[in-house]
Amino acid sequence: MLDRLAIFFTSLRLTVVLLALGLVLVFWGTMAQVQIGLYQAQNEFFRSFFIYWSPVDSGWRIPIFPGGYLIGGMLLANLVVYNLRFDQERKRNLGLIAIHIGVGLLLIGQLLTDVFSTESMLHLRNGETKNYSEASSHFELAVVDKTEATTDRVIAIPQDRLQRQEEIRQADLPFSIRVHTFYNNSTLAEKEQEGFTQINATAGIGAGAWWRELPREAEMDRRDMPSGIVELLTPQGSLGSYLVSAYLNQPQVVDFNGRRYELRLRLERFYKPFQLRLVEFRHDKYPGTDIPKNFSSRVRVQRPDTGEDREVLIYMNNPLRYDGDTYYQASFDQDNQGTVLQVVHNPSWLTPYFACILVGLGLLVQFLRHLFEFATKHNAS
Amino acid sequence: MKSFLKILPWLFLGLFATEIVVVLLPKPESKFHTAEFGRLPVLLNGRIQPFDSVARNSLLQIRSTGDVPLEEVPAWKFWQHPQKLKSTAWLLEVFFRSDVADTRPIFLIHHPDLISELKLGEKGIDKSGLRYYTFVELVPVLNEISEQGRKASSVEDAQRTTYQKQVLKLANAISLYQQLKNSIQPEGATNFVELITDYQAALPAGLAAARATQAGQKTDAVALRKLAILTQQFEIVAKYALPLTVPPIDPVNKDAWVNVGASLLHSVRDGAIQPAVSCFARIATAYRQDDVAGFNSAVAGYKNWLTPNFAREQAKGRAEFYFNQIKIFLHATIIYIFAFVLAGAALLTFAPAPQLSESLRRSAYYLIGLAFVVHTFGLIFRMVLEGRPPVTNLYSSAIFIGWGACGLGWVLERIYKIGLGSTVAGLAGFVTLLIAHNLALGGDTMEMLRAVLDTNFWLATHVVTVTLGYASTFVAGTLAMAYIILGIFTPLLSIKVGTDHDITLGNALTKMVYAIVCFATLFSFIGTVLGGIWADQSWGRFWGWDPKENGALLIVIWNSLILHARWGRLVGERGLMNLALFGNIVTAFSWFGVNMLGIGLHSYGFMDSAFKWLMLFNASQVLFILLGFLPLHRWKSFKNFTPKQSVRSN
Repeated sequence: MLDRLAIFFTSLRLTVVLLALGLVLVFWGTMAQVQIGLYQAQNEFFRSFFIYWSPVDSGWRIPIFPGGYLIGGMLLANLVVYNLRFDQERKRNLGLIAIHIGVGLLLIGQLLTDVFSTESMLHLRNGETKNYSEASSHFELAVVDKTEATTDRVIAIPQDRLQRQEEIRQADLPFSIRVHTFYNNSTLAEKEQEGFTQINATAGIGAGAWWRELPREAEMDRRDMPSGIVELLTPQGSLGSYLVSAYLNQPQVVDFNGRRYELRLRLERFYKPFQLRLVEFRHDKYPGTDIPKNFSSRVRVQRPDTGEDREVLIYMNNPLRYDGDTYYQASFDQDNQGTVLQVVHNPSWLTPYFACILVGLGLLVQFLRHLFEFATKHNAS
Repeated sequence: MKSFLKILPWLFLGLFATEIVVVLLPKPESKFHTAEFGRLPVLLNGRIQPFDSVARNSLLQIRSTGDVPLEEVPAWKFWQHPQKLKSTAWLLEVFFRSDVADTRPIFLIHHPDLISELKLGEKGIDKSGLRYYTFVELVPVLNEISEQGRKASSVEDAQRTTYQKQVLKLANAISLYQQLKNSIQPEGATNFVELITDYQAALPAGLAAARATQAGQKTDAVALRKLAILTQQFEIVAKYALPLTVPPIDPVNKDAWVNVGASLLHSVRDGAIQPAVSCFARIATAYRQDDVAGFNSAVAGYKNWLTPNFAREQAKGRAEFYFNQIKIFLHATIIYIFAFVLAGAALLTFAPAPQLSESLRRSAYYLIGLAFVVHTFGLIFRMVLEGRPPVTNLYSSAIFIGWGACGLGWVLERIYKIGLGSTVAGLAGFVTLLIAHNLALGGDTMEMLRAVLDTNFWLATHVVTVTLGYASTFVAGTLAMAYIILGIFTPLLSIKVGTDHDITLGNALTKMVYAIVCFATLFSFIGTVLGGIWADQSWGRFWGWDPKENGALLIVIWNSLILHARWGRLVGERGLMNLALFGNIVTAFSWFGVNMLGIGLHSYGFMDSAFKWLMLFNASQVLFILLGFLPLHRWKSFKNFTPKQSVRSN
């Protein structure tokens, strides 16, 4: 049985079939981006085991084609088993082994990236300082204890938990939070409108306004605007139901037991042990045209615990790698007075570099060997 | 006869080499020193270029040709060269003799609905089914064109109908033309020198009057009006002029070029006219008044004035002018066609007339070598002009793919002396240069690179390797095409070739395709991974499933599929050929198709008119694959095939 499995996994026929499936998958996943956008296509086609098809109104999910993880995983198994057996049966071929290890590393690296990397954004106006970056679409409910004048204590509840619409208890909070309603995407209105219902909040901003749930956004350049109603419960009774929404610019303020709390639904934040200050953003153009020549952000890195304080220039093709994160010039404000840096945390970012070197060397060895063989044969004849 | 066949290849080589030498030699100057004017540097599209490039790229956008023919010669009289107005000569007319320029048939309209809607059916001149109109003929319908153009431009690019695209193109051409007419002097000015002298004379009184008005005092209304009328004319130039022609006075700030109008308006401050503006005024007036000596001395005067501070710009102008003049890629194309025909003839005469065949094959081989040298010369010249690695946009990728394919074909021919390598090189060179020619109709092909692309390191590594990957995949596909054509329609594949006549032509082709696929895998893989590393450096992720990245990945997957299928003996000769043919479709999708999706970070090369051609190409490749599936006894090369005798070989 094990033998037959090994034979199955060593077969070149399997490789060819998997490569053909991979070709179809990549092509399909590329074309699908026109309709559903890059992000969703990535999740449905490449970061999945199967591609599902849902007949209209049935609620079923029928797997119809292997996804990226399945094809990639099988390819990985194929090349690992092949090389293990290969070693025993045939003469060692260093070039081929290097190529296969490299390809395997690429596949594994992509998986690690999918699992471990996080991306966030850092928006800075000229002169502004921040010690956190923000998710691009994920929200969190921040409960901030503002009682002390010098420090805020923040407790953040991620969107995934709010979505479950249950009661959330936190040891640090004197109350529990019951999520009554949560819409991942929504719109608000002051007055009654067609299709809107009245917001069932009892206190704070937005009580008595109207809202409506919206389908989630598929477009790349637009984001969901979630809203929800949360009730704060203490052993002595309810502190009231509050509207929390991405639309609200001001927090909901709640006083309890002599302490002041603020509730705010905001983009999920990633705090850093240092702060970044935008010294200057530049948008250079070619003379006499509007063609951009370069975008660059001069930022100052200040780290209190080490006393580090220096300026760096982040520009196209030249990111800042710092403290396990990488900061890229991603976008800018229309008035050229602010910058948007993309912040990527990817512990496995070096794997493709190793993979590339391995495969490159392997291919070179193979290629030179063939060339040498060919030349000798050609000369002999 | 035998000795004639021996010298024939050298005759061909000598003939074409002479032609190239003649092309490269400097041309005599005309009565008006138009070439001298054409070499003068200006700033447009963010780069220094000669007037001639402005003229040529504008004409390509308006008329789809680089010159204006002055007489019509029927297409079948190909030996008659019609008199032509060269690009710079045309530009001089547009600048300074707009009355004449307005009567040149330069506006190309070929959409029948557009012609009939604008009621232009009776007008214009017809050439090979294309209709050209003069500006005078279009004057009555200008408003309608701009109105229709405005409507079309409000429709999203991908949704536009052919009619809308045409009308938009025409509207753009007209506005480009009108900009050019006001680029140096106000359109129709008969004596620009006098206009400027008047302006200088009117300045003191006019300015004094203006100050008085501001202070609420009594003013000299006549002086004020006189100045206002003059300034209005210059304002038009300042607003519409296309190239920036006046170099900066402060040589430190090298980018601060302005146009003549802006410079004149600037003179309000101190009344001083910039030397460059005075020079252009003299050039304009002399040309307008048909004063040959005056024109030539004014151009020479401006040149001398430029030399101390703008020697580099002048050198750039001269070099690019020369490059425009020699049209090196056109001449390479001609040699490629000849070499292709000769190599094809060599293949077909292989059996009946081996000596003739060898002579033709050798001719083709030499010509491919010559074409490759010419192509390389053009490629390097462009690189030096741009200061960039060879591939920076779709246009240059076509040039480079052709170059790579030609080089590979030439090497194949060196190894297997049967004419196949030359055939492939000739075909690939011709087709890619034709594609490049059509891509050039979009405008300046040496445009500046947008921020993220402004890196010579990645352009030189990732872009070059991945493009070589494209080129070699195409070469493998073209060889497969040759295999199927030769196999089905001729008995050639079973003919013994090689130094010892030890293998058949079919076997040799199989070896070639296999070797090229190996080569293609190497380059496309390395190129794709380098692209991933570039993406990691600039966007923070190695791989993002962006369409262009996926396109490159498809090529890698496909090439490695071919290799694995071959190693696993899952396919024989024909299977290998069919797989290689499909590689053409995959590569064409990656090269052009993904740009047509109009999405993703790489969508800087969007284009839609090529879609039809891409589909035709894909259909032709599918047809070849279907032919490849014909049962072997239908193949002329394998007529005597019996199932026992396998054609599989390694």
